This record gives sequence, C-alpha cells and structure tokens, in this order.
Amino acid sequence: MTKEIFVVAYEGDADGEKVLDYALARAKRADAELLLVHILEWSPYKFLTQEEVAERSKRRRQEMAVAETKLMSPALAKCAAAGVTTKGEIRYGQVVDLIVKIAGEAKATQIFVGRTGSHSVAARIFGSVPLGLAQLSPIPTVIVP
Amino acid sequence: MHKAFFTALIGLLTVALPAHAAIDETINAAVATVTTPFVNFIFSPLPGTSFPWIVLWLVIAATIFTVYFLFIQFRAFPHAIALVSGKYADPDDAGEVSHFQALTTALSGTVGLGNIAGVAVAVSIGGPGATFWMILAGLMGMASKFTECTLAVKYRNEYDDGGVSGGPMYYMSKGLKERGFGWLGKPLAILFSIFCVLGSLGGGNMFQANQAHAQITNLFGEYPGWITGVVFALIVFAVIIGGLKSIAQVTEKIVPMMAVLYVGAALIILVMNYDKIGWAFGQIFAGAFTGLGVAGGLVGALIQGFKRAAFSNEAGVGSAAIAHSAVKTKEPITEGFVSLLEPFIDTVVICTMTALVIIITGVMQQDPQTGLYVWNAELGRVATAGDVSGVALTSAAFASAFSWFPWVLGIAVVLFAFSTMISWSYYGLKAWTYMFGEGKAQELTFKIIFCIFVVFGAAMNLGPVIDFSDAAIFAMALVNIVALYILMPVVRAEMTSYMERLKSGVFDIKH
Repeated sequence: MTKEIFVVAYEGDADGEKVLDYALARAKRADAELLLVHILEWSPYKFLTQEEVAERSKRRRQEMAVAETKLMSPALAKCAAAGVTTKGEIRYGQVVDLIVKIAGEAKATQIFVGRTGSHSVAARIFGSVPLGLAQLSPIPTVIVP
Repeated sequence: MHKAFFTALIGLLTVALPAHAAIDETINAAVATVTTPFVNFIFSPLPGTSFPWIVLWLVIAATIFTVYFLFIQFRAFPHAIALVSGKYADPDDAGEVSHFQALTTALSGTVGLGNIAGVAVAVSIGGPGATFWMILAGLMGMASKFTECTLAVKYRNEYDDGGVSGGPMYYMSKGLKERGFGWLGKPLAILFSIFCVLGSLGGGNMFQANQAHAQITNLFGEYPGWITGVVFALIVFAVIIGGLKSIAQVTEKIVPMMAVLYVGAALIILVMNYDKIGWAFGQIFAGAFTGLGVAGGLVGALIQGFKRAAFSNEAGVGSAAIAHSAVKTKEPITEGFVSLLEPFIDTVVICTMTALVIIITGVMQQDPQTGLYVWNAELGRVATAGDVSGVALTSAAFASAFSWFPWVLGIAVVLFAFSTMISWSYYGLKAWTYMFGEGKAQELTFKIIFCIFVVFGAAMNLGPVIDFSDAAIFAMALVNIVALYILMPVVRAEMTSYMERLKSGVFDIKH
C-alpha cells in the first residue's frame, strides 16, 4: 500500500523549523512520507535592469545552490535522521500556485505551512502564503503557528 | 514650495558661479569642433541630391529584410504576442530571463526622449508628413530588429558560470567566420564597438541629458546646463560606478508606469479631440507626399521621419540585440519574433501618439488662408507657439490640454533619460570591454568617460548634440547592416525550420 504524502512549504527560517518539526511528528504518526517544497518567489513579468538581465542566469544558479546547500540538504538530513522518507524540491515561481500544483502532482493529502507574514499589513492587503493556501488548496492545509 | 526651493537653489548656484554661460559655450564650441567632420561624413547627401546616403542605407536594409523574410513582422505578430505572454515558456526555465523581461528591458533603452523630443523635432522640421514615414520606418524596422536579435541569441557567448555576452560584436566575429568571412568579422566587430561607444555617449547619453535639462528649464526657468549635467552625472556615477543599484531598480520599475501614463494622457487628448483625428491623419498623408509648405517637401518629410524612427527604435542599429541576447530560450528565432514588437510599440504606437498630439493641438503654426505650415527660415523649422522645438514643443502640445502636464512630463523625461542612460552605459561598456578586454580598470575608464559626457550633453545646444547623437547611432547601423546581410540566410534557415515545427505542433502551449 502506498504511503500518504504530506507537502511541507519549507522556508528554512525559525518558523520553517517549527513547521518541519510538526510535519515530521505527524508523518511519523501516520507513517507518511514528506515532500519539502522551497519556492523562490519569481515572476516572469517583473521588470529587470540591463545588468540584472545579463546576470540572471548566473544569479539563478547561485540562488539554487544556496537553497540546496543551506536549506534543503540540512532539512533532508534532519528528516532522514528522524526516520521519515522525504524528498525535496526547489522551484521558482508564485509560491501559493506552485505549492498547490506540486501537491496535486504528488497526490499529497495534506499541506503544512508556517504562519510567517500572515499578520503583516502587506499580507492583509495582498494576501499571505498561508492565507492563500488556505483559500486555494484543494486538500487540507495545516497552518502551524 | 518645492519649486521655490529649486528656483532658489538654482539662483544661488548661478550667482556663485559667474562664468556659467562661458562654460556652456566653451563646451559647445569644443565638442562641436571635434564632432562636425564625423557628422558631416555620416549625413553627406547622395551626389546631386539632398538625400543623406545613410538614410537610404537603412531604408534599403529594412525593405530587403521585410521582403527576404516574407513580411515576417506581420506574419509572426500574433505568435510574438503569444511568446511574450509566456504561452510557450518552459516551466523548468522559471527564474531565467523571460521573453517579456528581455523585451521590456530592451524597451527601457529605446522608449525615451526619442519618442517625446525626437518626434517633435521630426514634425517641426519635416512637417506632419514626417509621421507617415516614421510609421513606415517603424513597420519595416521590425524586420531589421527581428534579424539582429535572432542572431544575437544564436551567436552569444554562454559561460560556465551562467553568464552571457551577446550582441553584434559576437555575431560579427563568430557568425561571419562560420559563413566564410572570418577575415571581415573581427574588424567589423571592432568598428561596430567603436561606433557603439560613440552611440552610447551621443544618443544614449548627451541627447538624453540635453533634453532632460531642456524640460527642467522649461519648468523652472533658464539656468546653465552644466549644473543639470553635474547632478545627473553624479547620480549616474552613483549607479554605474558606486554600485547603487537600487536607483536603477526603482527607475526600471517607474519607467513603464510613466510610459503608460504618457500614452494614457495622449489617448485622452485624442479622445477629447476625436473630431480632429481624421483631419490629423489627412495632414500626415498629405504632408508625406506634398510637404504642406515645409521646406524640403516630400524628401524633407521622409528624411526626418526615417531619421527619427531609426533614432527612436534603433532597428538595424544593433543596440537592442545586446539586451535581447540574455533571454533563456532553446530557439534563437523566438527572441527575434519577440523583438519585432519593439519598433511597433516604440514607433508605431508611442511616436505616433506624440505626433498626433502635436498636430491636433495646433502648436505648429498654419496659415489660415492656405492651410500650409508657416516656415521659420531662420530656425529651419515650422514656426511654433513660443518658437520652441524638441521636448519643449511636446510639452507645449500636452499643456494645451492639461496645464499641469509639463510637470508630469518633466518627471517622465528625467526618468526616461536616466533609464536610457543606464541601458546605454551598459551597451557602451560591453562594446568597450570587447575592444579592451574585461577588467576593473577598463570598465572604470569607460564609466568615467560616460559620466563626463553627461555634463557635455546637458551644457550644449540641441543642434550639435542631436547631430552627433544621430551620426553615432547611424554609424552603428552602417556596420551592423553589413553583417546582417551576410548572416540573413542563417536567420531564414532558423525561421523556416521553426515555422515548420510550429505548424506541425511540436511546440506545446504550456500555459
């Protein structure tokens, strides 16, 4: 029988660690697998300067490398140490849309996300990641305080 | 409050520096002496005519590319829109430069004072008929832009660290070698680089500083141009040498909004005067073939139209090819398709808006009896309200509908000028380092020269500045088009292959 998959919207900060710890505990209890997703916010319609255009490819590689080594690898190691089968994915794009899409592709049954930024003024106006997921996700979403 | 403060500051500077006028005149005379022979060569007329050979060079090239690629600018227009909207973008390429970003970055280098001041110069010298030739040049220039930007992506250098260097210098050296013209490639690339550096100092710098100063004095009153030049030079210095990228980033975000605001205001004026739009187009068509009393008639209108269109949209010049070369795509031709939207937006849409507003608002004087435009022989242009030209004429036209618009235009002009300067400082730098090699010392040398020319541009009269700017930009086209002729079969092969695959449905619509 295939195991359940829980998606973790992983940011790597203090809140991110809380989400990961909580998701690990739930995954262990449910004998589920984890899919850690780290999204680098990006819009193909953002205006760039000439220099940013020229350096974009180089910067992308650097950003991916940093996300991989500083964020994803330690998190995957932590999950492995906890005995939970975990995969990681780093992508560029709109955070909420991509997490919902990845969760759908992986046939995940739950999404775990931190509450970071959901009470800021900007988040109240434009919507934050946890609020966006709560509204858009077709599967249960756990917002970890 | 701000106006009073600014006026007081200028007054203080003016009093404190009594030799101000002499500085402007000295700069004007010194620079004009050096640049005049170059300008005269580039704009020398064809024997027995008053038609500059360089304009014919551009017209012929745009016509050849249009025919050779079977009117690609019209056939591929819908596909170009689909590419820019991201319909064919590979999700795995997220985080890389998109077609939209390459296009808007290139546009920030071209949409600027050419659209505001350049058009005013064209219609005040060539009459409303210049607009017709400008639109035609814009439409045909789309094929030139398509050719050069496809080549820029195809022959760019991609480094192991992900960095990219592209532009005419690279397709000249690599592409021409591939076509068996290796002996010509490198000298052509060097020649192009020299002209590109001059173009960046002229049209990409002096003209921008000059017209930004003109609009500021239009708002706050006369004061020496070198003061604006020094202030601008310091800001440019802070960005390109001091690494204060936030200024460039903020400008890059505000400029598109200013462009929308500018076009929006022009549209409102046109809607307010909807009953005159038909008449204005009548003036444009009649003027294109008769001159409507403007000295030079048809030829005068045609020359001005083509000159200002080329200066504004830079099709065939090779500058935008540097900007477009960084896009992430497996198909170089797709960037060619996207780039053909650039002359359309720049010239066919924005320049035409400016021209229509100038014509409709009646700031150019017409003889009520004959309907012909009143020619001011002394100034060599159509008589205008207040005898103004360039950006001041556009400002007067917009002000006749909205008295407050010169203030908005003032901000727009300064931002457009600044954004174009930053873009061209990059183009110039790429050409400079192509010639002298990459390195901090080489880069710093060019950047300091660039900042000095900001002061020159703001201090000089419009005439010598615009002549040198035009000559430098056209000189780039002179070299670039030679390479485009040799390499156009490469582009056609790419185009044919891509179009066949597109028709067969190989490329999925991803979004």
